Amino acid sequence: MLLQLHEPGESPAPHESERGHAVGIDLGTTNSVVAVARDGETEVLRDADGKGLIPSVVYYGDDGEVVVGQDARRMLLEYPDRVVSSVKRLMGRGTEDLKTLAGTLPFKLDVAADGGMVRLSVAGRTLTPVEVSADILRAVKARAEAAQGKTVDRAVVTVPAYFDDGARTATKDAARLAGLDVLRLVNEPTAAALAYGLDNAAEGIYVVYDLGGGTFDVSILRMEKGVFQVKATGGDAALGGDDIDHAIAERFLAERVKEHGEETITEGEAKQALAAARVAKECLSGRKDGEWVIEVDAKPSRHALTRDELEALSTPLVDRTISICRAVIEDSGIDTDDIKGVVLVGGSTRMPLVRRKVKEIFGRDPLSDINPDEVVAVGAALQAEALTVGSDTLLLDVTPLSLGIETMGGIVEKVIPRNTPIPVAMAQEFTTYQDGQTAMAIHVLQGEREMVDQCRSLARFVLRGIPNMAAGAARIRVTFTVDADGLLTVSASEATTGVEQQVAVKPSYGLTEDEMATMLRDSLVHAKDDMANRLFAETAVEARRSVLAVQAALNVDSDLLSETERQDIDSAIERVDQAIASNDRDAVTAATEGLEAATKTFAERRMDRGIRAALAGMAVDKLDDALGE
Amino acid sequence: MNASAISASAAAVVPCWSCKGPVAARALFCSVCGAVQGPGTIDHYTRLGMAPSFDIDLEELQKQYFGFQRRLHPDRFASKSPKERALSQSQATALNEAHETLKDPLKRAAYLLALRGHPVDLTACGTINDRELLMEQMEKREALAEAETPEQVAKLAMENESEVIACQCHISAAFNADNLDEAAHLSIRLKYLVKLAEEARSKKSRVTRKI
Repeated sequence: MLLQLHEPGESPAPHESERGHAVGIDLGTTNSVVAVARDGETEVLRDADGKGLIPSVVYYGDDGEVVVGQDARRMLLEYPDRVVSSVKRLMGRGTEDLKTLAGTLPFKLDVAADGGMVRLSVAGRTLTPVEVSADILRAVKARAEAAQGKTVDRAVVTVPAYFDDGARTATKDAARLAGLDVLRLVNEPTAAALAYGLDNAAEGIYVVYDLGGGTFDVSILRMEKGVFQVKATGGDAALGGDDIDHAIAERFLAERVKEHGEETITEGEAKQALAAARVAKECLSGRKDGEWVIEVDAKPSRHALTRDELEALSTPLVDRTISICRAVIEDSGIDTDDIKGVVLVGGSTRMPLVRRKVKEIFGRDPLSDINPDEVVAVGAALQAEALTVGSDTLLLDVTPLSLGIETMGGIVEKVIPRNTPIPVAMAQEFTTYQDGQTAMAIHVLQGEREMVDQCRSLARFVLRGIPNMAAGAARIRVTFTVDADGLLTVSASEATTGVEQQVAVKPSYGLTEDEMATMLRDSLVHAKDDMANRLFAETAVEARRSVLAVQAALNVDSDLLSETERQDIDSAIERVDQAIASNDRDAVTAATEGLEAATKTFAERRMDRGIRAALAGMAVDKLDDALGE
Repeated sequence: MNASAISASAAAVVPCWSCKGPVAARALFCSVCGAVQGPGTIDHYTRLGMAPSFDIDLEELQKQYFGFQRRLHPDRFASKSPKERALSQSQATALNEAHETLKDPLKRAAYLLALRGHPVDLTACGTINDRELLMEQMEKREALAEAETPEQVAKLAMENESEVIACQCHISAAFNADNLDEAAHLSIRLKYLVKLAEEARSKKSRVTRKI
């Protein structure tokens, strides 16, 4: 029993005194927030002015200068072609997606980039959304380090529940570029529920309605004694407050064109109009009407807007969120009368129109007693503490979108349906359609529609080496595995021969391993050290686990060893400890292998004893750690 | 102790991957070094500590599921070694599969039939050998297709719902009488009733939205 206190891997990593608490990061479309939890008490990390929000805006200077946050936002009007905002909308997107995004983005895209990931043209540079997000995360990390006075290298990062596999992978890659180890990707509504539920000791069915700058999510959760179980989730990864800004800006620009008799709209005008639109939208949550000025090239234009007009512009978008809510209620199989509360998340839920519509569909006043801009980061911080220090709470999440593969005729065969609890592994069997077919192309898709071209293509790979058989004779088993981060791995094998192929799905629109390696090299002066440190840490954790396991075994079975045998093992343990202290990864690996060799006979004798005891019918119960709780 | 019991108990001891000592094949953690073990090949009922019956207390099932996930979920192993993280993911995956199977009456019936050596293929769709069931289902489908108001759909859904409950009672009785043929037959019927319930639900939201 004493041994339970020393579970392997729990001992502190090296230089623990310089290591800060793991943080929770809400990487938002409009703003990002970072928070930390200590003993369940959460704190949003703020700047000198007390501001918790870091605008997700990046300015790129000529000399390689990078400015993030409020200062970058200020530079938006002066240098519209050097400032990037709302980059989250492009995470995991491919050039093929640009058709649907055209006209909604406040920056220039590198149209030359063919296939693969979207690239932005900023200040004469070509940047991927992953790199821009990494720049934001570096600023977030810097704030966390300044606040704690310690290195921060571990974080829980939130993503919209409705983010597909490509966007999740892109987010994880961005954190890696910024030097952050992602402990877990947590869905934003789930994080909000965690913050809300723990604060209010809420129990029962709750709905989280999360309308942010660029994404909309709705999740239905059952909260019960520290368990947060997602029943169903839905959303739209390209629907948010930004779209309302665009609707207002278009109106303003039309008025301006008319006033000045202009033919074309400059980039500066477009960005100014968007900025004015955002201010107008925010003001009209508190006021009934107002007037805003756009001034470019010393030509001012005045634009009046009332709340009623704003609501008329916003209604189609808000109605889309409401019909998504209806679909999710249907999916979850719950009755609206069973809902105990509706939690509002995201800056866009400050709009009176949103509150009215949410109240209408769920039949109760929504709750928003935690700041809707900060609640996601607070939940992420709680989860970061739970993952590093330990906790009794449990988050049980689901897959937001169905996953499947392409079959004959461009039909998608679903392998994992949406709203399946994760982690999950499911397999489906397929067969060949031609005599003597020795290879099979496997096309992995995500989405709810039946046809391939209406779903999102995640990856393609080819299973080779299928033995020569008649059509329909081969049995190809394709297994989809989704981990606790919601990331997919696909493997395929042929049952009669065991030919196997495994791919971690690198999304078609993601970065390749080579690109990641190059970026890490270019972006981080200490990238090499960083990598080496991480590898060493992993090896050291494994070595410590081995030592603790051997020590635990010695505590119960040391009578099986002679004195010299015992001394051999003790010195093997000492060599592992010394190797860890030397910071030499190869030495640690060698010493761990040495320990394994030194304990081989000991392990055999322990097994003999265990089997003999089992045969005598006595010790099995003692060995069997009770299954129940 | 007879010979088979002896070999069974010997097989029930395997080496712990971490400390290499003996550990019960079904153990979640090694009692010596505390390392999490792999999920092994136990049936869904055993995995969740439930009696292998069609009659199941859903609240008890959920309690057991939460209890095991609290100990085995990857969130509990985030700062452990890669091997332990991988094992915990397999454990949590196995728990999810067991829970998803047992909480659903149709999946539970099919699983229990397989467990008792009488597998039934519920995926073979479209082929109903049972004429009576075929006629009944066709009539109900037609009625649902013709329903135009939310009230009409709700009435059909309610009728179907009571059939679902009755069918589950009959399945339970068949299992308790060890009449597996009957249980398999009724499971196929339950499959069609459940499918109709789904269709009624989506039809209900379609007609409601129209209004």
